[in-house]
Amino acid sequence: MAIIAQILFIILTATALYLFSKNLLLIRRNILIGKAGFVNDQKARRWKNVFLLALGQKKMFKKPIVAILHLILYVGFIIINIELLEIMADGILGTHRIFESYFEKFELASLYNFIINSFEILAALVFVACIIFLVRRNMLKLKRFMSNDLVGWPRSDANYILIAEIILMGLFLTMNAADTETHFIISSSLQPLFSGINADTLFIIEHTAWWLHIIGIYIFMNYLPYSKHLHIILAFPNTYYAPLTPKGMMHNMPEVQNEVLYAMQPELAPTGAAAPASFGAKDVMDLSSKNLMDAYSCTECGRCTAACPANITGKLLSPRKIMMATRDRLEAVGKNIDLHKNFVPDNKSLLHDYITVEELRACTTCNACVEECPISISPLDIIMELRRSLVMEESNAPQEWNSMFSNIENNFAPWKFAPDDRDAWTKQA
Amino acid sequence: MKVNTMAEMIASGQTPEVLFWVGCAGSFDQRAQKITKAFATILDKAGVNYAILGKEEACTGDPARRAGNEFMFQMMAYQNIQILNGYSIKKIVTTCPHCFNILKNEYPVLGGHYEVIHHTQFLQELIEQGKIKITDSNEWKGKSITYHDSCYLGRANEIYEAPRKVLESLDMELREMKRCKSKGLCCGAGGAQMFKEEEKGDKRVNMERADEAIETKSDFVASACPFCNTMLTDGIKNRNEEVNTEVLDIAEMIAKAIQ
Repeated sequence: MAIIAQILFIILTATALYLFSKNLLLIRRNILIGKAGFVNDQKARRWKNVFLLALGQKKMFKKPIVAILHLILYVGFIIINIELLEIMADGILGTHRIFESYFEKFELASLYNFIINSFEILAALVFVACIIFLVRRNMLKLKRFMSNDLVGWPRSDANYILIAEIILMGLFLTMNAADTETHFIISSSLQPLFSGINADTLFIIEHTAWWLHIIGIYIFMNYLPYSKHLHIILAFPNTYYAPLTPKGMMHNMPEVQNEVLYAMQPELAPTGAAAPASFGAKDVMDLSSKNLMDAYSCTECGRCTAACPANITGKLLSPRKIMMATRDRLEAVGKNIDLHKNFVPDNKSLLHDYITVEELRACTTCNACVEECPISISPLDIIMELRRSLVMEESNAPQEWNSMFSNIENNFAPWKFAPDDRDAWTKQA
Repeated sequence: MKVNTMAEMIASGQTPEVLFWVGCAGSFDQRAQKITKAFATILDKAGVNYAILGKEEACTGDPARRAGNEFMFQMMAYQNIQILNGYSIKKIVTTCPHCFNILKNEYPVLGGHYEVIHHTQFLQELIEQGKIKITDSNEWKGKSITYHDSCYLGRANEIYEAPRKVLESLDMELREMKRCKSKGLCCGAGGAQMFKEEEKGDKRVNMERADEAIETKSDFVASACPFCNTMLTDGIKNRNEEVNTEVLDIAEMIAKAIQ
């Protein structure tokens, strides 16, 4: 009987890990669809960002109460998962609390108790924090959670994660409580609930909780790649690869720079240099891999949108929606590749079909969204790349912008003033 | 006051220590010209050896680039860098955060390497070095003021302190808006919005910001960008608050407060 359970456990674990790694590899492939790769200079500064922003959650602390609740979930997630080592070992070897006996052998029973007690305290805190988050998300009517960006699946996604956490923590504590030989700090206070229940039933309760807990964790793990919750993994590489340049700096387009250079100084032009296929980004494959990782990293918290001047004043633009649309399109492109081995044009593109011209035109490039993002996502970079495609590929600009362009070209200023009057003010000074 | 151009300076065998990049708004816009003149007056009084490019200056290409027209930007950058490098310019000061950002961050990769500072930083230096002295009985003393962070100075380049330090020297009561520094709200002009109608919405961005400025009940709103200045002035006028709150550039205030 025990051996069957062990085999079942091993098959379950192997399947969960296989599916999880398969999905992660698919996400990695999708991210690498991006045309430009990652910048990896100044490694020390990049690691510093990982420690401050991802590990240290520096930007979260702009809102201290939420930051502490989030920190509980985060620390709880990492630390309680250490217990998974024992659960896995027990499952594979058919043992019960295998580490406890080892700790006892080395007269460290009190250390084992201390560790499990810490897990239990964290589990209880996570349980409470998740309930607070559920209430906050669904009942407090915070603007960024009520937004239309989240209608449908994104809103359910957020709730599923919180409910899953509550269930997992509940199972963890139930499992410990039903193990009446133990007296851990939180679960022991639950033990009176089981008084009067005979040992056999208790054994079944404990084992059921144990199994449900580990199955729950495997389901959660495999849900991640489909969820906004992927930030628990991608926050780390995403903060690492975040640009180290000032936020105001737009990245250069060497292909355009060279075209202008060759037009001005034809003697420099190499013979037979082909013009690039396209300028800016019309679709996800024209974006950089960092843009695409941004899309997968986004937790849809909406801090960006809440700070966006266009969104605040009722314009269609929502930086969060830019990220969500990019991910949706990338997923669609990924599925297309799964189906056909290579991407087969589907008459859709990120620009127009997922993100409209009106949204792009509303951006003031103020960098508020970039500043707000706790894990260094840049919706602005995507907006600018799409604008470049709109203007340079489709000549799609409002009439006022076309006038501005021609003024710059002919009068060297965005307004139609005579260039000769540029220093007219000096005569009045 | 004589404002020299680089061409004139070079012709007379002089090398100015700093180039004053005036920018299109500062050159042509009537309101912004006042800022330009105020800053030139300060440079003059401080005895700074400076020059402008005059007719040789051209748009940096900022609005074109932000609108998506990289070709236009690269054309302007190419021409400007040719001129700047031709005069072997080492140091540039500008009253426009958009020019500042482009000259400082986006020209180097194209071959234009200069030390670029914003006029609020330059003013802070002049005050600290004692090159300009604020009079004890300056007209701003004791008045209340709120400072509007320009996005291209603030978030884009993390310059939050210099403008505030300069204002502190005026002995005014500085009242912060709720959204300030890294959380400062845009005036609505950036990203080439200055040159087009706003998209459909329920409020104009400059009205949102003007309302916030008006809420502080300050006598003055200080700006450090000609575009922010225009947007906020319009917003405050729209609320009929221009009698209570005047929008001024930091340079204009300093120009009136020095001997």
